[in-house]
Order: sequence, then C-alpha cells, then structure tokens
Amino acid sequence: MSKTPAVPTRKRRWRHSQGFFAACLLAPAILVVFGIIIYPIIQTGVYAFTDVRSAMHPKGPFVGFGNFSKAMTSNRFWSSMGRTLYFTIVSTAAELVIGLGIAGLLNAKIRGRWLLRTVVVIPWAIPTIVNGALWKGIFHAQYGSLNALLTQLGILNSYKVWLGTPWGAMNMVIIADVWKTVPLVAFLLLAGLASIPEELYEAAKIDRAGRWKTFWSITVPLMLPAISIVMILRVIEAFKVFDVIYAMTRGGPADGTKTIAYYTYTTAFSDQNYGIGSALAYIIVIVIALLSAIYLRALRRSEMSLI
Amino acid sequence: MRMRLHTKIGLYLGAIVTGIVMLAPFAWMIIASFQTQAELVARPLRWWPGRFFPDRYVSIFTNPRNDVFREALMNSLIVSVGVVIVAMVVGVLGAYAFARLRFRFRSTILMTFLFTYMLPQIALLIPLYLILANVGLLDNVIGLIIVDCSLVVPFVLWILSNYFLTVPVELEESAWIDGASRLGALIRIVLPSARPGLVTAAMFAFLLAWDEFMYALIFTSSTASKTVPVAVAEFSGRYSTDFGLVAAGGVLAALPPVIIAAFFQRSVASGLVAGAVKA
Repeated sequence: MSKTPAVPTRKRRWRHSQGFFAACLLAPAILVVFGIIIYPIIQTGVYAFTDVRSAMHPKGPFVGFGNFSKAMTSNRFWSSMGRTLYFTIVSTAAELVIGLGIAGLLNAKIRGRWLLRTVVVIPWAIPTIVNGALWKGIFHAQYGSLNALLTQLGILNSYKVWLGTPWGAMNMVIIADVWKTVPLVAFLLLAGLASIPEELYEAAKIDRAGRWKTFWSITVPLMLPAISIVMILRVIEAFKVFDVIYAMTRGGPADGTKTIAYYTYTTAFSDQNYGIGSALAYIIVIVIALLSAIYLRALRRSEMSLI
Repeated sequence: MRMRLHTKIGLYLGAIVTGIVMLAPFAWMIIASFQTQAELVARPLRWWPGRFFPDRYVSIFTNPRNDVFREALMNSLIVSVGVVIVAMVVGVLGAYAFARLRFRFRSTILMTFLFTYMLPQIALLIPLYLILANVGLLDNVIGLIIVDCSLVVPFVLWILSNYFLTVPVELEESAWIDGASRLGALIRIVLPSARPGLVTAAMFAFLLAWDEFMYALIFTSSTASKTVPVAVAEFSGRYSTDFGLVAAGGVLAALPPVIIAAFFQRSVASGLVAGAVKA
C-alpha cells in the first residue's frame, strides 16, 4: 500500500464531495424510480409502436403510429374521452366549491372545531374500492338507502334505478368521488385560508366592507394560487379515474361510465389488444405530462423552497 | 372579534350539516353490516338493527368459505407494512440529499421524481407484469411490495424533503463539530427532530399501500397475495344483493385507515399540504 498522496487526485476529491455523498444517498431511490417507473413507461412506449400479440411475448413487428391511428379513429375512444372530460370538469368544480365552503367552516372559530376536522377526515381515509362498494349499496335500486330515505321523506313516490342509465350512473359515480375527495380539497384550501393574515379582515371591517365584498376582494385573490394548484392536482387525478368506476359500475351501463383509463384497461386486458392498449395508455401519459408541466410551473410560482 | 348571532348560527348549522353528510354514508355501512338480510331488504327500510346481528363478522373470521377475506386482510397488512419499511428507508436517504446537499442535476432529478408520481398506473401495467413474471413474483406479496413502491416512494421522498428542510442546519453543524459523520448526524440529530414528519410520511405510505387497487387486481390471482381492495371488489361484484356481507367486509377494510387517519388527524392535514402545495 502506498502512502496517501499529498495532492488529492480527482477521484479522491469526488469521493469526499457532496455529489458523491448525494449519489450514495439517492442510489436506492433512483434504482426504484428507474426500475419500476421509468423503464416500464419506456417499455410501454415501445409496445405502443409494435403489433403486440401476447403479453408474455410482447415482441412484434414495428407498426409506426398504426396503434395510435387505430385507437384514435375509433368512436369509442372519443366517447370515453368525452366522458372523462365530463367527469373531470364536474367533479373538480364540485370539489372546489364544496371544499372551499368546508375549509371556511374548519377555519372558523367555532366550538368543536377539532371534532369537525376529525369527522371530515373519515371519507378521505376510506379505501377507494370500499367507497365504491358503499355508494353502489346506497344507490341500489331495490335495497339502497337513498331510495329508502327519499321515499320515507316523501321526496320520491317510487324507487328509482339510480345506476340504470348511462348519464345517471356517471353522475352517481361523480357524487361518490366528490364525497371521498372533498376532505382532501378542504384541507389543502384550509392551509391557504389559514395563511391569510387576520389583520386584512380587521382592516376590511374597519372600512365597513360587506362580507361579500371582503370575500371577493381579500379571500379569493389571496387564495387564487392555492385554488389553482389544488385544481390542477384534482384534474390530473380525475383524468386517471379507474378504481371507483370498477367498484361501482364496471364502466356500465352501456359504457356510460367508461372513462379513458377504464377503456384502456378493457382494451388491453379484456380484449387483449396490448398494442392499442399501450397506445391508449400513452395518450393518457401525454395528457398527464402536459398537466404536470402546468402543475410544476404553478408550484414554482408559489413560494417554493425546494425546486 | 365578536361574531354576530346569525353568523354564528349559520356556522354551526353548516358544521352540523357537513358533519352529518361526511358521517352518514359510512355510518349506514356499519349499521347495515349488523342487520339481518330480512331487515336490509324490508320496505320501508329500517335504519336501526332490530337485534344485534354480528353473524357476518363471525362468518368472515370462521367460515372457510370466506377464507379469501381473512387472507386478504393478512396480505394487505404484510404488503402495507413492507411498503412502509422500504419506502421510508429509501425515502429518508434520498430526501436528506434533496434537502441538504448541493449537487448537479438536483432539481432535474427532483422534478423527474415528482413527475413519476403523477404517471397513470395503467401505463406501467404490462411491463411490470412481465418483470414480475420473469422474476417469479406474480401473485406474491413481495412482488406487490415492489410495484407499490412505484406509487409510494416518490410521494414519501417529496414530503420528507419538505420536512427535512424545516430542521435547522445549525443542529447538524454542532454535531459535526463534535465529530459526528454526516450519516451519524442524520440518524442522531435530523431524524429525531423530524419525527412528526416521519410519522406523517409513514402513515401516508401505509394508507397509499392499503388503498392500492389496480396493481393488486392484475398481479394477484389467489389467496396467496390478494389484498383487501381486491377482495371487497369481488364481494361487491358477486354478492350484489347481499349488501350486509359487502358492508361487513367494507367496514373491516376501512377501519384500519379510518382509525389511523382520525387518530393522526393533524398529521393528515400537514402531510396533504406538504405533499401538494407547500413543496
């Protein structure tokens, strides 16, 4: 063994640098992210351009954009896109409006606020599949509690088949999704609300500004960054909706709740059209990538510490 | 600041209505799970059990026909705990690097990780299926732990980085002066100071893994690895007229996350914010 050289070599300097230490610390995370996310996503991209016959032996002839054009010339693709758009817009809008209201309640100085916060957490914590099964039971045509409640209150004369029509089922799925997700939105918006300085409201009061005016001239502008971040986050999640639909309607009736993720799932796994399924999955990835870029941009603009 | 009376009444009314709407559906599931089938199909529907009827829970835990569900609870527990352990080890190391060290491509790597968190699971399914098939981990809880990490690791990394940033660097520096190595300071100084963050991250990792459905649906096929969401989906598909049984299964599946979230309510709120907005 030679003695330690007085002048550190390049290699030695690297070994004692922050970069080397960071590489060591990040190695497991990079292994995970590349091994089970980035490698698979690239692989799916390859399948999207090949004629895959069997999932176990996915090597097929290169077909260029064939899978994409087959996927995108199908009416079922566009109708599932339309349904996804409807689901995304309606559920996100409802969650933001109701969530903002609940955030206001959670922020108000009322007794038992901690109890309300604990209660509001519950729907969020219920597993998505259980939530779907729960609402499927509530909306059940013969034994569901919604029909029972509405007839016992005299609002309905006879039992309704809530999940019987494509349009009705879609709206019921939205209700189930909104119920579970509103707590998340409310807690995120609560953080924004709580950060608005109390003095602003006091000043508004001294200026004898009405409650409505205070809401529009103080709360809304100061909440806008938080609202827009929550909105993009919800749009991204809503665009991928799958679990709650699987549990409630399996895409039915008459494909009425078949969103793009569900359509991709049935194309790939029920029809075993792996090439077209991969192309469809990539279309979702592209939309998500665009939305994520907007999200990251919004995050950067808000007061950021990490990026 | 004093509130006017009708503001106050409005707030309490709003709070009560919110509380009822947030509680009622799950409360009905719990009640229905204790009602007899005759009561559940009666018209008008009865809202309270005529007699205490715990038979479905007994049957889930003792009847061999319901093996699937018992095994699923066990599998979910194993998978979720496994995911928490892996994600926390990987996450703590990586998050420390993001929060404390300056290195090339730092923000690129961070953005890549955050982006991977947004990707749809469906775009990873076929390649992950092949990977698991090649290493013989299909229908296996270890296989599920590995693929679930694709959902959980990016999230844990992200929120832990945020929590580590809140630990003052001075604490660490004094430890270095006392001769501690960086890793030693991380373990002895940073981790104890960031304990609320660690609890929050671990809790989210557990809830995410417990909730995960799509991977479990495709990658499991027997009681060897089926998880609770898959079992509940099967129950709900097969016994759609026996809501009582679905409800009992659903309550059992929901109780662990509901209890954890209600108990750690503060962590839920802070974790959601750290994961989404504060960044």
